[in-house]
Amino acid sequence: MSDHKKVDEHTGTETTRHEWDDIQELDTPMPRWWINIMYMTIVWSIGYVILMPAIPLLNGYTKGMLDFSDRDRVAVAVEQMHAERSARAQELSNASINEIIGDDGLYEFAVQQGKTLFGDNCETCHGAGGQGVVGYPNLNDQVWIWGGSFDDIKYSITYGIRAEHDDTRFGSMAAYGRDEILEPAQINDLVQHVLNISGQQADGVSASRGAALFAENCSSCHGVEGKGTRENGAPNLTDTDWLYGGSAEVIHETIFNGRNGVMPNWNERLSADQIMALSVYVHNELGGGE
Amino acid sequence: MSDGKQKTKRGEAAPGIKKSRWEAKTKSTPVKPDSLYKNRTKIFPKRVKGTFRRIKWIALFAMLGIYYFIPFLRWDRGPDAPSQAVLIDFENARFYFFFIEIWPQEVYYITGLLILAAIGLFLASALFGRLWCGFACPQTIWTDLFIAVERFFEGDRNARIKLEKSKWTPAKIYKKTAKHIVWLLIAFATGGAWILYFHDAYDVMAHFFTGGSPMTAYVFVAMLTFTTYALAGFMREQICIYMCPWPRIQAAMTDEEALNVTYRFDRGEPRGPHKKGATWEGRGDCIDCRQCIAVCPTGIDIREGLQLECIGCSLCIDACDEIMVKIGRPTGLIAYDTGINIKRRQDGKPSAYHLIRARTIAYALIILAVGAVMLYGLSHRSVLDLNVLRVRAPNYVTLGDNYIQNGYTVKILNKQAKALKFKIEAVDLIDDPAGLTITEARFKKHGDKIILEVPANETINYKLFLAVKDVTPLSNREDFYFKITDVSDSNNTQQTPTVFVTGKDK
Repeated sequence: MSDHKKVDEHTGTETTRHEWDDIQELDTPMPRWWINIMYMTIVWSIGYVILMPAIPLLNGYTKGMLDFSDRDRVAVAVEQMHAERSARAQELSNASINEIIGDDGLYEFAVQQGKTLFGDNCETCHGAGGQGVVGYPNLNDQVWIWGGSFDDIKYSITYGIRAEHDDTRFGSMAAYGRDEILEPAQINDLVQHVLNISGQQADGVSASRGAALFAENCSSCHGVEGKGTRENGAPNLTDTDWLYGGSAEVIHETIFNGRNGVMPNWNERLSADQIMALSVYVHNELGGGE
Repeated sequence: MSDGKQKTKRGEAAPGIKKSRWEAKTKSTPVKPDSLYKNRTKIFPKRVKGTFRRIKWIALFAMLGIYYFIPFLRWDRGPDAPSQAVLIDFENARFYFFFIEIWPQEVYYITGLLILAAIGLFLASALFGRLWCGFACPQTIWTDLFIAVERFFEGDRNARIKLEKSKWTPAKIYKKTAKHIVWLLIAFATGGAWILYFHDAYDVMAHFFTGGSPMTAYVFVAMLTFTTYALAGFMREQICIYMCPWPRIQAAMTDEEALNVTYRFDRGEPRGPHKKGATWEGRGDCIDCRQCIAVCPTGIDIREGLQLECIGCSLCIDACDEIMVKIGRPTGLIAYDTGINIKRRQDGKPSAYHLIRARTIAYALIILAVGAVMLYGLSHRSVLDLNVLRVRAPNYVTLGDNYIQNGYTVKILNKQAKALKFKIEAVDLIDDPAGLTITEARFKKHGDKIILEVPANETINYKLFLAVKDVTPLSNREDFYFKITDVSDSNNTQQTPTVFVTGKDK
């Protein structure tokens, strides 16, 4: 054996006799403690297997003597988070809007909660960021059919609009054409009048006939000047904002068939603190609240 | 004896100079044939006196002093910030270093610091070899300290070798126990000082011993106590030889002109014992006393030339100089020198030292450049930042009164130690100030009435709505700035560009 040994001249170290392109591999011995550390890691791993969850079995795994489980720790952490949140939530549902605005932590909590809730529940109809689609109001502007104060918004969310709740907001736009309340010609006159008061091109003669019809049929809800009343959820007809559209065709459609859009009452689906958070979000963060 | 000639006795290298019997074992340990592992040879470094030993003591006390006492230094930053001069505050994500305060987004300063440290190390290596390893490395410093403790209890080299071989007696038990206790105390102080850098030092001191500190504090102290004890007490040169990457890297960092701890074999050889009064003609100055080996903390023979195990601690220079003085020869048989100088002298040419050369100039320039960039960065560091994020859903809103409105989230970073209040305005959007309104979402204040409060050392978000009355002069996406102005100091302003979307192209 020893006659096969080859010693590198330069360093005096034995080589492994492996050689690549004249580069020789020196057989430098490792220090003894190095291998001892490896033995220690083996001992450690045995201890680990005994104490900690380690070996997968057909049905489950070895649990280990310490009864340690990451899953349990997560469950505890989630529990803890819920406890912390429910304390905050309790605080939120008992606070007034001014108290919420005055408290950094509570306001932040409400806005963050509200943003998530809005995304989960409201954006389906009201669009991303509450920008509104035809028939579903934009919640960012200052036009509020049923009122834009914090309490108004909260009431609308809680009980809904034309929803199945005794306290829901209710107002009805009748189907003047379909239900034959007015003659087709009268409806045309009304359309011209609405075009006129909203500052659009209209047939003056027809519109003046429409004005009389408006005072008779519409002013009880929309007001004498057509500026709308919030108690009845009757929109202002003199501005440029239209829920369903302001062209002659759409106005005719609205008067002929009526409009009765529904927003559900959320008090049965969301908790009091969630409705509070949502109201703060819509009122403050979307920017239109009064 | 009357002729003044003294006989060199058995076991002596020169009269009165004992030859160290201990062989350098690191390299020449007899390896059992076919053994894959090498047993450790214990090293008993001898005590040495001299210039480099003195420098090493000074470096040791200076650096340990800095490490142990810096956490106790105070620096006044006002009531809302910690008063510890050097503090890594993980909880609040801040790093304090005297007048410097670094936020997480400024972590690139650390990059600069690391570049400086690396190039500094390269420069030192190109000039004087392993200066870092020999004088400044924590492994060297704590090992040095631990060896000093060992020497205090167990005596110098020969006494320690004897004690190691001796049977267990009460005296041996006392010496060993005392040594380990002091080692553990130093190790504990090392681990203990570590945690003082992460929380208020006085606070930690007050709670640590009563069990009131968080678990992580005890875990870290225990870990560092153990590593200090194990690495400086037991592992010592094994760390440098087998575990540290720097000995390998330095091979690429050094060159033939770098000054390294060198045995000048042109002067030393042929070596051999010397009789007093005998001629020095035809022989070298090395009397083969092996003092250089006896003092070496890694147990090597420097006379074999530059080698991986040499940490450049220079103690062999001190040891050799002491002997040279005794035998009346010039000092510097072992000295900071270069291999190429040995060759020059052998060729009859004078020694030449090229400390200034392309490599060192390049390193120095890089250090200067990075240092300048960092200094500029630190001195021009803004203590107020304004970020603006435009709301994209909805992109814009037409208000009932024909105003067009965009929403923005403005984020204000106040890096000062005092709470600030700001007014906000839109610059370069509409000439007529009445043509636009800014509304803050939470308090629903408008325009001049909006006060954006930002507490000391905090980042606060505000949601704003900007409504423009008449968008005819604007493009579809109009560029403008949000500008905040400190209410109490109108010179303290910050502006950030953003856009206003009018929705015209729809």
